[in-house]
Amino acid sequence: MAYSKELIDHYEKPRNVGSLDKDSEKVGTGLVGAPACGDVMKLQIKVDDKGIIEDAKFKTFGCGSAIASSSLITEWVKGKNINEANQIKNTEIAKHLALPPVKIHCSVLAEDAIKAAVNDYKKKNRINE
Amino acid sequence: MKVSKNIYLDYQATTPLDPRVLEKMIPYFNDRFGNPHSRNHSYGWEAEEATEIAREHVAKIINASPKEVVFTSGATESNNLAIKGIADFYGDKKNHIITCVTEHKCVLESCRFLNENENFEITYLPVRQDGLIDLDVLQKSIKENTLLISIMGVHNEIGVIQPLKEIGELCRKNNIFFHTDCAQAIGKIKIDVDEMNIDAMSISGHKIYGPKGVGALYVRRKPRVRIKAMMSGGGQERGMRSGTLSPALCVGLGEACRICYNEMDEENKRLIYLKNRFYDGITSKCKDVYLNGSSEFRIPGNLNISFAYVEGESLMMGIKDLAVSSGSACTSASLEPSYVLRALGVEEELAHTSLRIGIGRFTTEKEIDKSVNDIVKEVNRLRSLSPLWEMAQEGIDISKIEWAEH
Repeated sequence: MAYSKELIDHYEKPRNVGSLDKDSEKVGTGLVGAPACGDVMKLQIKVDDKGIIEDAKFKTFGCGSAIASSSLITEWVKGKNINEANQIKNTEIAKHLALPPVKIHCSVLAEDAIKAAVNDYKKKNRINE
Repeated sequence: MKVSKNIYLDYQATTPLDPRVLEKMIPYFNDRFGNPHSRNHSYGWEAEEATEIAREHVAKIINASPKEVVFTSGATESNNLAIKGIADFYGDKKNHIITCVTEHKCVLESCRFLNENENFEITYLPVRQDGLIDLDVLQKSIKENTLLISIMGVHNEIGVIQPLKEIGELCRKNNIFFHTDCAQAIGKIKIDVDEMNIDAMSISGHKIYGPKGVGALYVRRKPRVRIKAMMSGGGQERGMRSGTLSPALCVGLGEACRICYNEMDEENKRLIYLKNRFYDGITSKCKDVYLNGSSEFRIPGNLNISFAYVEGESLMMGIKDLAVSSGSACTSASLEPSYVLRALGVEEELAHTSLRIGIGRFTTEKEIDKSVNDIVKEVNRLRSLSPLWEMAQEGIDISKIEWAEH
């Protein structure tokens, strides 16, 4: 299976690896997937007073496509408003990394991770839709 | 051999052709092109002589008579021919077969075929945590109408050695045919068809440094085992396998067996040294590493290792100079982890983290050392990316979390 240059680049040099303080009011954490399925993504976002994501970190257990998908979304969500970030679609991720069909679920998981992180932030800060 | 920066560590998938084997084969692609079944001229006689010498070499490594060796296209054909052939010949008398859940797909599929199409009842034995069958369970599974027991010699994924002698004894005592898939066992462990009471055995060329596209089926003559042929044709191979033999391929299989027979003991010593160097190298530098399958009853050329908190396919992507195989089936279309590791009771999350390392005749110490370094480096890197590793370090029990399975 030949992977795209983009995907390999994210896999070999993942961006924004790490963790943020999960107890902070400003941080939303999304933990999605399951070890038994072979992938778990943790995405954390740090949001400023205006609802802009000023920082994002991830850690992922999963195949190369899962790691690349989560690395990519940390770059994409940074600088975006939380509602804007919530609009990111898995198809955009899959297209950007040229994911093969059997790896589409990795992009779905990445989309879920964003939604989970934003949700967590909103819940913490009692922001309703 | 070849100049490549890649290190081949997948000897259970296939082995390179030994140059000594190739050398013996070449004349039969060139001027010795005769049909071994031609009886009227020297071209035929020459080709026939070569195939018969090859047959002797195959017979010798399993302590059989050359007359009991049938050339086939490989172990898949041999397994099909043995299981379906015995079933078809004796099916009206007995129709129960015992095999094991971790057998190769071609054995499982042959049994499934007989179950679905020919009214056979199949018992799939479980395995213990070490990958071996439980002889008591086997004994209890035997019924009055049990015709055949098919259990492999050495496992292709986890390298464990099944107790062939004990299984053979049980079979003989109960008047049941014993077939064993020994594709991965030949040349690695000593096989003696008489001592082990084996009635039929499958052999593969390309797992023992011979060519692909050739294998053999051993079929016992005393007491005689009858097999119904699958293909109609000229009745070659004592009527069990029609079709013109390829002398080049037969010679290749024979020579591969001859070399294995002569060198097995020495080679095993070297492989044990390399295996220990590899395993000790990894485990001294990485924690939370688990060996799948028995550590005692296994061939030295196979290690199946789970690296907790690191997914197998991403690990393979990282060690790109090493050709290994992953037990995590994310490499195939399905996302299920290996059915073999699951049968051992390896938890799904660990089954996703396994690598199969195959060490063989052309593996060098230098390659082992580089492999250990590459793997350790990549495992550490991926663990630094792994949320599961992070949780484990924080003392969180991952099995207690309610994961949303997707």
